[in-house]
Amino acid sequence: MELFWYITIAIVLSVFFVLDGYDFGTGIIHLFLAKKEKDKQVIAKAAGLFWDFNEVWLVAGGGLLFMAFPTYYASVFSGFYLPLIIVLWLTVFRAIGLEFRSQFKYQMWKDIWDKAFGISSLLLALFFGTALGNIIRGVNLGGVANGISIYEKHYFFLPLWNGSFSPLHENPGVIDWFTLIIGIIAVVTLAIHGANWILLKTNSSINTQLKSLIFKLNTALFILTIFSLIVWFIINPDALLNYAHKPYLIVFPFLYLMGLTGLFFIKRIKKDVHGFYLSSLLIIGGITSSLASMFPIILPSTNQVNESLTIYNTAASEYGLSVALGWGIIGMILVVVYLVVQKRLMAGKIDKMDYGEH
Amino acid sequence: MIFYDRLQFAFTISFHYIFPQLTMGLSLLIVYFKWKFLRTKVDMYNDAAKFFMKIFAVNFTLGVVTGIPMEFQFGTNWAKFSELTGGIIGQTLAMEGIFSFFLESAFLALFIFGEKIIGQKLHFITGFLVFLGSWASGYLILATNAWMQHPVGYEIVENGKYVLKNFSALFSNPWLIPAFLHNQFASLVTASFVVAGVGAFYVLRQKNIEHGKIFLKTGVVFGFISSLLVAFPTGDWNAKNVAKYQPASFAAMEGIFETEEAGAEIILVGQPNMVEKKLDNKIAVPNVLSFLTYQNWNAQIPGMDQFTKEELPDNIPALYYSYHIMVGLGTIFIGLLGLAFFFLWRKKLFDIKSLLWGILLLLPFPYIANITGWYVAELGRQPFLVYGLLKTTNGISPTVSSGNTLFTLLGFAGLYLLLGLLFLLLIGKIINDGPKLQKQ
Repeated sequence: MELFWYITIAIVLSVFFVLDGYDFGTGIIHLFLAKKEKDKQVIAKAAGLFWDFNEVWLVAGGGLLFMAFPTYYASVFSGFYLPLIIVLWLTVFRAIGLEFRSQFKYQMWKDIWDKAFGISSLLLALFFGTALGNIIRGVNLGGVANGISIYEKHYFFLPLWNGSFSPLHENPGVIDWFTLIIGIIAVVTLAIHGANWILLKTNSSINTQLKSLIFKLNTALFILTIFSLIVWFIINPDALLNYAHKPYLIVFPFLYLMGLTGLFFIKRIKKDVHGFYLSSLLIIGGITSSLASMFPIILPSTNQVNESLTIYNTAASEYGLSVALGWGIIGMILVVVYLVVQKRLMAGKIDKMDYGEH
Repeated sequence: MIFYDRLQFAFTISFHYIFPQLTMGLSLLIVYFKWKFLRTKVDMYNDAAKFFMKIFAVNFTLGVVTGIPMEFQFGTNWAKFSELTGGIIGQTLAMEGIFSFFLESAFLALFIFGEKIIGQKLHFITGFLVFLGSWASGYLILATNAWMQHPVGYEIVENGKYVLKNFSALFSNPWLIPAFLHNQFASLVTASFVVAGVGAFYVLRQKNIEHGKIFLKTGVVFGFISSLLVAFPTGDWNAKNVAKYQPASFAAMEGIFETEEAGAEIILVGQPNMVEKKLDNKIAVPNVLSFLTYQNWNAQIPGMDQFTKEELPDNIPALYYSYHIMVGLGTIFIGLLGLAFFFLWRKKLFDIKSLLWGILLLLPFPYIANITGWYVAELGRQPFLVYGLLKTTNGISPTVSSGNTLFTLLGFAGLYLLLGLLFLLLIGKIINDGPKLQKQ
């Protein structure tokens, strides 16, 4: 039952990063490349149409995590207190940037909200990547100093950074050079994803430019991925042991590799949606490979005193998890129905559509 | 310092609740306008639906962005509480995400952008689904809160965790239905006041008069009915629940310091004097509280003297004032809307300027009544997070220092100030533009 909910939550969060990921990516592209007002408007709309629906996946993932793994929820949310609250602030800026930009016709007004949308998207991508980096790297559970825990064994608190910026430090911070690399990977990945979304949903004048941008970013991503793997291996020599023990897990890195390889041929891809699928593979593959490499651990301990958090030592009761299975299945079927109805009714490029006044 | 954690939660949830209390009620009124349009084919009703949809959309956005911090704060600031109770209230909170937010947000975009693409009938249905989603959200939040007010269906295991034993008990909790209905009708009062208030503004300003009259008519009718339902039976029902399950809170919110043998008086006005344990400048009607609570003029109601300090809420004056502000305002709403309803029936409402001014000026007050109503529930539950089981002081995050909490509290204060200003600016603009600007 723990395993079922672990997989479900991993799926929900992957969907969140695929769906809201294109919003972040669109924001990044918007920040750097959109110059003409027409493009800005249409690109912002491409992100803005469904952002709230996309963000609900995060809310749902959070809710499910709370229900199924309350100890983990409590530990991680209080331990990453500052970065999480900052993420909340950024989501506020992103949302109001998107929703409020077209409420007044003054250029000044639009410019400021465009920047709010773009910058908060960029920082959100960076923070989410850094968060993943933190989860892979692990934290000082129990706040161990000199062999003695100062908190309960499953609690911790991370500063944003410490003086050394090193993941090998006894008390690593949220931002160190390893998590930062993962953060940058997230930015590049989501920028690719956002570019694919713009290609899919709009006829903006920068579309041709975007294809060569995707190619360049993909090359950068390729180098960064190899680099991060080497670094990870240095930090944690056992990092890939899970793959050796359970060879079938290799399917997840393979997904990532497929996306990465495919995107090198972006210029020859005729259907825009295929590019979008490839960058979705990158995201899904990236998240699932990271999780699979640690399984069943969900937050490694960096000290020898306290054991890592796993899906088994943080889960709610068996009864609670089984009851939730009942409503969870009904709920998920409904969500898929909404998704199909929504995409059916609102398919196609948005600048060709007449959405009426908003 | 638990003070900052409490202040941050109180501040962020009070600000958050400005938005859902409108959207829950307003979604029903929008569905009504849309339905009326489909039946009568009078364009003005469609204008009304679309006009209030714009107001709804701004409120919805702010509701979402201020709502996520609420979910997060359970983990960030109240980690111990989350760890101990997550197996139970996690159920209802996760259900809210799955059953209501997806529904609401999936169809909201269709409702806002889709009228021309999907046709009128489907447009009505999407509006109805948005309404359904927002009320489901209210229901599940109230189910969560009901468990904290009156815990049921749990057992305590080793290490002090609360474990779910009976899922359906969460929904048959006697606290839930009265609280849910009271909350939803109160939300409808806010929405009705907004609709009627905008209508009154248009009629008084002599602009969009015909639309204004429709708004007024609808707002007054819905507002009058819902404000009655807030008081009776739902308000009465809730008060009886508090008397039964949280007698110490009941004494505190009613301001009963001393138990009276021959029946308790109802306090209308007075200031709690916590030093001398009495009410200053008291105006009260004898025996009425006993009658209202137990239908017996002489029923004994335990006063605060019957409880130890540990059993009583930790901020009695704030609880007392919140309760009396809520009840006082509720009474004023019934009176004013009743008057308006009467003159609407006599077809004179639109000519009585003083009454229109009254409706317009009272517009902010249902917000205050709704929020103070929640203060009654939350302050009344103190000093517990989960009534009788888990003390508030034992629920906070063990590793987050007060310096960090104050930092984020200040951040929220600044950010929400900005949001509040933007909100007023946008709503002002939408109201100023009026429903006529809508291109057909």
